Amino acid sequence: MKGNFLSFVKKESLHILRDKRTMLVVMLIPVVLMVLFGFAISTEVNNINVAVVAPGRTDGVEDAVNRLVANDYFTFKGYISQEQIDSKLRSGEVGAVVCFTSDYDRRVAQVEAGIQSSPVIQVVVDAANVNTAGAATAYLQGVLLGSASQQAMFESRMLFNPQMKSAYNFVPGIMGLIFILVCAMMTSVSIVREREVGTMEVLLVSPVRPVKIIFAKMIPYFVISCIVLTSTLLLARFLLGVPMSGGVSGIVAISLLYLVLALSLGLLVSTIAKTQVAALLVSAVVMMMPILMLSGMLFPIENLPKFFQEVSHIVPARWYIDAIRKMMIQGVPLIAVWKDFVILLGMTIVLITVSLKKFNDKLE
Amino acid sequence: MSDIVISVRELTKCFGDFAAVDHISFDVRRGEIFGFLGANGAGKTTAMRMLCGLSYPTSGSGTVAGFDITKEGEQIKRHIGYMSQRFSLYNDLTVWENINLFAGIYGLSKADTESRATELLERLNFTSERNTLVGSLPLGWKQKLSFAIATIHRPEVVFLDEPTGGVDPITRRQFWEMIYEAADGGTTIFVTTHYMDEAEYCSRVSIMVDGKVCALDTPARLKQQFAAESMDEVFRTLARGAQRGE
Repeated sequence: MKGNFLSFVKKESLHILRDKRTMLVVMLIPVVLMVLFGFAISTEVNNINVAVVAPGRTDGVEDAVNRLVANDYFTFKGYISQEQIDSKLRSGEVGAVVCFTSDYDRRVAQVEAGIQSSPVIQVVVDAANVNTAGAATAYLQGVLLGSASQQAMFESRMLFNPQMKSAYNFVPGIMGLIFILVCAMMTSVSIVREREVGTMEVLLVSPVRPVKIIFAKMIPYFVISCIVLTSTLLLARFLLGVPMSGGVSGIVAISLLYLVLALSLGLLVSTIAKTQVAALLVSAVVMMMPILMLSGMLFPIENLPKFFQEVSHIVPARWYIDAIRKMMIQGVPLIAVWKDFVILLGMTIVLITVSLKKFNDKLE
Repeated sequence: MSDIVISVRELTKCFGDFAAVDHISFDVRRGEIFGFLGANGAGKTTAMRMLCGLSYPTSGSGTVAGFDITKEGEQIKRHIGYMSQRFSLYNDLTVWENINLFAGIYGLSKADTESRATELLERLNFTSERNTLVGSLPLGWKQKLSFAIATIHRPEVVFLDEPTGGVDPITRRQFWEMIYEAADGGTTIFVTTHYMDEAEYCSRVSIMVDGKVCALDTPARLKQQFAAESMDEVFRTLARGAQRGE
């Protein structure tokens, strides 16, 4: 019965190819979104973890650190050595590191006496997330420096995304969004459409197994998603100049996993929704809103109310976007985001099991 | 091969306490045009779904094309054709693509598909419409095409669920000619309809009321039995006794 599976895949591909408008929209959305979101939306930041590098713990340094500890926006994570800066930031343990020079007190005194001096405080920020980084830098500056004259001595350094390009930040978010849109929403609508129009009934009376009908539906959407993935990556690399130093293969691997997850999510929606409109609504409410609001795409998760921070754990896009952000911008390899990968894998397995079961139950 | 194509004994389907189909029994012979009548909600569709292997009976037994409806649903699906009241071809595919799809579904070889599709198009005078999108055909043509495709794999039985709904009288007439042709070729036709003039065309007719088969005979004998002028009168006499509403 291989023949009938192939004729199904062909039929689904024809449906999509005939619907040129939808095709065009799907292909253009990533481009449009990238250009739109390339211009940042600035946001506030809470609870940034900060470590301090201080070769000499003088009174002046203690004083500045005390101001830091007392501030609500920051959580003081202790003193670290110069060598630890990179690893602490890379692991995500801290979002910013404040470095004092060994002759901090002396130079502050010089400045206050009106003598020119080079910077004495350096702030190293994880700028993989531009909004967080920018806001953190500004706050730190205000907190650490008591007087106006001291402001002159402040130097900040952005790691991973030195130009603070906000497009960097949105590319992972767009990827998280677009794949759900193509795979989950379009698949579910296409399944529900057949049920609504009445052709599903005829297919069910035929000797084709329902599971095959569904898989045949998923294949063309999977192919489209792969095309979108390719074009998004090309755009990100060559138009926006996102570094991707962590290796493209890792990004592709986790993206493919995410695609499968999105497809099974679409199947689940199709078992719940009875009409195309309902399928669209369910997709919008259950999938799009959480992705926009709770995935870290628009707003930093650290900045959400505690309750929503908890809720965000079950949003698949949160983990995917986190992993893509690290791999694309920080340039870590796939192995460094194993936690995100495992969580996504687990979610995929659960979703496939539940949706296939629900789908079969519904037939009887 | 036996002469009985569909055989049903005490077939019942309950949804909770509600018996949608209540102990029905009947036989359908090869080559017969069997009219399956009943008011809306009488249980026709539920009974038909069980015969097509789409739903399991709560109790009772039955065979379709020699296969057990409780155990051999997959086999049944291979040996029947089905056309529903809702138009069930793909509007955004061409005539040829639709034929090919369903030929593929029923596992016809490339050569078979080619020859049967060509023959089918000639019979319907559709050869020039081969590459037309089905969506742009008039409804009557669509229904005829739909029937032709439902029989492309030469099934033993074709189930037609209100096939002529919304079709003009002339096309209905042509449609019934196709049905006769198929029946003459040995295909058994199992058809539901709301048009009582169509009931007159059937070899035998069963009328369901409240989940039970109330009458089953040739149209002529039914009219005699109920001392009625037409099938319409027979139907109304029986349906008047119904307890269930829509």
